[in-house]
Amino acid sequence: MINKIVKSVPEAVAEIYDGATIMIGGFGEAGSPIELIHALVDHGAKDLTVVSNNTGNGHVGLAALIENRQVKKMICSFPRTAQSVVFPDLYSKGEIELELVPQGTLAERIRAGGAGIPAFFTPTSVGTPLEAGKEVREFNGKTHVMELGIKADFALIKCRIADRFGNLLYNKTARNFSPIMCMASKSTIVQTRKIVQAGEIDPEIVITPGIFVKKVVLVENPVSENQLLKENRRYP
Amino acid sequence: MSSEKSIGWSREQIAQKIAGDIPDGSYVNLGIGLPELVANYIPSDREIVFHTENGLLGVGPSPAPGFEDDELINAGKKAVSAIEGACYFHHADSFAMIRGGHIDICVLGAFQISESGDLANWSTGEPKAIPAVGGAMDLVQGVKTIYIITQHVTKSGEPKIVKECTYPLTGKNVVSRIYTDFAVIDVNQGSLFVREMAPGIDFEFLQKNTAAPLHKN
Repeated sequence: MINKIVKSVPEAVAEIYDGATIMIGGFGEAGSPIELIHALVDHGAKDLTVVSNNTGNGHVGLAALIENRQVKKMICSFPRTAQSVVFPDLYSKGEIELELVPQGTLAERIRAGGAGIPAFFTPTSVGTPLEAGKEVREFNGKTHVMELGIKADFALIKCRIADRFGNLLYNKTARNFSPIMCMASKSTIVQTRKIVQAGEIDPEIVITPGIFVKKVVLVENPVSENQLLKENRRYP
Repeated sequence: MSSEKSIGWSREQIAQKIAGDIPDGSYVNLGIGLPELVANYIPSDREIVFHTENGLLGVGPSPAPGFEDDELINAGKKAVSAIEGACYFHHADSFAMIRGGHIDICVLGAFQISESGDLANWSTGEPKAIPAVGGAMDLVQGVKTIYIITQHVTKSGEPKIVKECTYPLTGKNVVSRIYTDFAVIDVNQGSLFVREMAPGIDFEFLQKNTAAPLHKN
């Protein structure tokens, strides 16, 4: 019988290893799997490469993982936001690597990675500093650069509803990068607010098919990152 | 030039001017900051669908205080609402809408715009700055029409419309029209054409504040 549900958050992240590449869902404060990230802080895996749009806020979530010196490299589109302090500090000291990728290129590189497409051409970044070092070709009279698909060893994902097959539904703009990250990762680990019986999710509306998911753990009342920030909280 | 704002259009007036130029039925993406003002001035007889690249088509007004939803935000990470008939989607689909040419108009801010429509709006190139690009480079390549909303000159009075951008580019030959506090200027085949000037602004004054040749329409 297929049953991807695991009992605890620590168990869900237990097999993450040093040096792994990890995709982390979320855009700003929406959709970040805070409980899974904090469990990874407790777990301690280090030398991680993290693929995520931002670099976390304050001293919680992804920012806490970075502050705990577990991340050697970030692949992201927008590493500084109003509330990000940890990454800018380490980056300015030369203590963390950054691969800056335009947001749409980041999304497509993740989608391509999950779809078995090793590389593709896009007009995005042509004529800009981010074109440097990329292979260039013309299609239909327009210059394009080659971009490589990205795959990961793990993905940490937050969703709203899941079943034991790993079929997922998300919530509003908290969906953002999560469905494509599930596709691009060998082992997708999901925290969900609710688990339902197989068959309760209408097959017509499944957003992430269960084949892309490895583990599901119930986190009924996830913390609000905004609330943690308001309270100036730190993790651990 | 003085940066005192006693002359020209206000930010709200510029936004209103842009809103008036967006046809009924358009799909529109508004950049973070000043461009967001445009949504406030869409004429009531037009239906415009706003796209936000983090995954929502049909962005509605900001919710009342206390009714914000952490998981319903725009690309600027501000709380928004969703209109009736809105839909959510993941990032690859969202940028397929952008890169695939499905969005009609995008309104963006600018550090500099060149006479050939090059745009610099993501980095001042300072060595110590943390580079951050977001979706700007995808938007300028993929959206059919790029409108710029900006002050005509910087806070220190330097022209923002220039012969060649000195800041790192977001894209080359991408801007269609520039809306400033002084004028509305079209970019057409490598030249700048003045469509309209704000009350009290004459051509000579406008040219003096623009570091590239202007043409009368």
